[in-house]
Amino acid sequence: MSISVKDVEHVAKLARLSLTDEEKEQFTGQLNAILKYAEKLNELDTDNVQPTTHVLQIHNVMREDENRPSLPIEKVLRNAPDEEDDQIRVPAVLE
Amino acid sequence: MSLFDLRLQEIHNQLNARELSVSDLVDQAYQRIGQTENKVKAYLTLNEEHARAHARLLDEQLATDAPRGLLFGLPAGIKDNIVTEGLRTTCASQFLSNYDPIYDATVVQKLKKAQSVTLGKLNMDEFAMGGSNENSSFYPTRNPWNLDYVPGGSSGGSAAAVASGEAYFTLGSDTGGSIRQPASYCGVVGLKPTYGLVSRFGLVAFASSLDQIGPITKNVEDSAYVLQAIAGYDNMDSTSAKVDIPDYVSALNGDIKGLRIGVPKEYLGQGIDPKVKESVLAALKVLEGLGATWEEVSLPHTEYAVATYYLLASSEASSNLARFDGVRYGVRADNPDNLIDMYVKSRSQGFGEEVKRRIMLGTYALSSGYYDAYYLKAQKVRTLIKQDFDQVFANYDVIIGPTAPTTAFPIGSQVDDPLTMYLNDIVTIPVSLAGVPAISVPCGFADGMPVGLQIIGKAFDESTVLRVAHAYEQSTEHHKLRPQL
Repeated sequence: MSISVKDVEHVAKLARLSLTDEEKEQFTGQLNAILKYAEKLNELDTDNVQPTTHVLQIHNVMREDENRPSLPIEKVLRNAPDEEDDQIRVPAVLE
Repeated sequence: MSLFDLRLQEIHNQLNARELSVSDLVDQAYQRIGQTENKVKAYLTLNEEHARAHARLLDEQLATDAPRGLLFGLPAGIKDNIVTEGLRTTCASQFLSNYDPIYDATVVQKLKKAQSVTLGKLNMDEFAMGGSNENSSFYPTRNPWNLDYVPGGSSGGSAAAVASGEAYFTLGSDTGGSIRQPASYCGVVGLKPTYGLVSRFGLVAFASSLDQIGPITKNVEDSAYVLQAIAGYDNMDSTSAKVDIPDYVSALNGDIKGLRIGVPKEYLGQGIDPKVKESVLAALKVLEGLGATWEEVSLPHTEYAVATYYLLASSEASSNLARFDGVRYGVRADNPDNLIDMYVKSRSQGFGEEVKRRIMLGTYALSSGYYDAYYLKAQKVRTLIKQDFDQVFANYDVIIGPTAPTTAFPIGSQVDDPLTMYLNDIVTIPVSLAGVPAISVPCGFADGMPVGLQIIGKAFDESTVLRVAHAYEQSTEHHKLRPQL
């Protein structure tokens, strides 16, 4: 399996990244090298192996559904790049 | 002699005897930073004003009988991916160059409770992605043993600060070796605890199933003290383990008679520098002299670990880093056309090359049609790698090998070849995938650069790991050597 510049463009779109032509070329080569190396895993038969998602056997960590204080607005907005009337401001979603 | 050559207990004795104040300790730390930081570049942000005020408060407390914290007065540096309220936290990324956290990570709260003093935030590879600190978007940290060499990474600033005496101890984070490998390269002690032992709340996530915070110190006893202060269950981290925390310091009794050591042949085979191998074999002789026995064992899936790791860690990173969109925090790009364009421009301008490469790899591995072939496959191989460790630990108390296949390399020598750079982690990555604890302790030099011995233990058996490391350290002189700066 080999990936093309077109694949890289598609993945960049999914990842919300815009790449220069130089970056596209470079990533295509490097990702191909890394993925080729990763094909090594196909040497192993894993049909009857369970995947490990976490090393600890912890499942469904729940807490009581109780009200807890939320963060004060001035703290939440401390790092907001743009704000108005105690809300975070962003460019128009719809044109 | 520098105060930083003293052990924690010796510093506390001097504080108790009023021969020393916390302000003296903090003065000395900033004095040292003033002398060497322009060469080492370990810090991204200094906290000098607050640290000095904190020291004065602690000195007032010193005059009373009020009980003192475990790390009372000790000047500490914190890796810059651990959030500190009101103290800039950047992850060494341009994206977060102005980020002012609104809360403290659990480990930072615990350090405050233990009463250490925060000197500043330490340099790292951007978002902890890298093994050389060359991926810091601000400037690379340099190895105190040779300023033309990398300190390792991603916790390169944390290791270099301890090695150069710019902090008494530091915290780092380890995803695939990011505490142990820089500790090895800089000739200091770095401990990656068992996954789940130390809370990740407030650690900016890279790969959530692997990330773990741990201490970097000059000796093993101090490592045990810092671990004691930061370990424990936290309900703010859903992967935090509910286990009893033993007294790590009292485990350091020097007794390793009858200890069974497994030495994986894969950790001393192809790709391992012969001089590194020689140091490790010499260390095994020392341990034998203390009553331990060792045998060659096999971790047969070692050769698959790096590929497994890069697929899993990059996949998790691509998901975790989706939060950096320029909406709530971080640097937002100017003049976007619309909302989507704002995300794209902010991310493309804010992230460095390695971060983009891993987001791309992870997004690809998780994308429709490739999930089973890459991500799921890697999760299954992770199970096989973990089973390798389970099998060896059925018959052995610890596993020992090198921390890294080579010593530190010159700055700039591997930047064009990501795959070679990834292979530097060949003996730390399997341990991370298995989730078990491991420490790197200095075990000699090769061509003037430090070599690290990696001691790997069973899950939640940090006590044995620390005991073996301490017994070894106390029989050798390597940990007493300091770089000349």
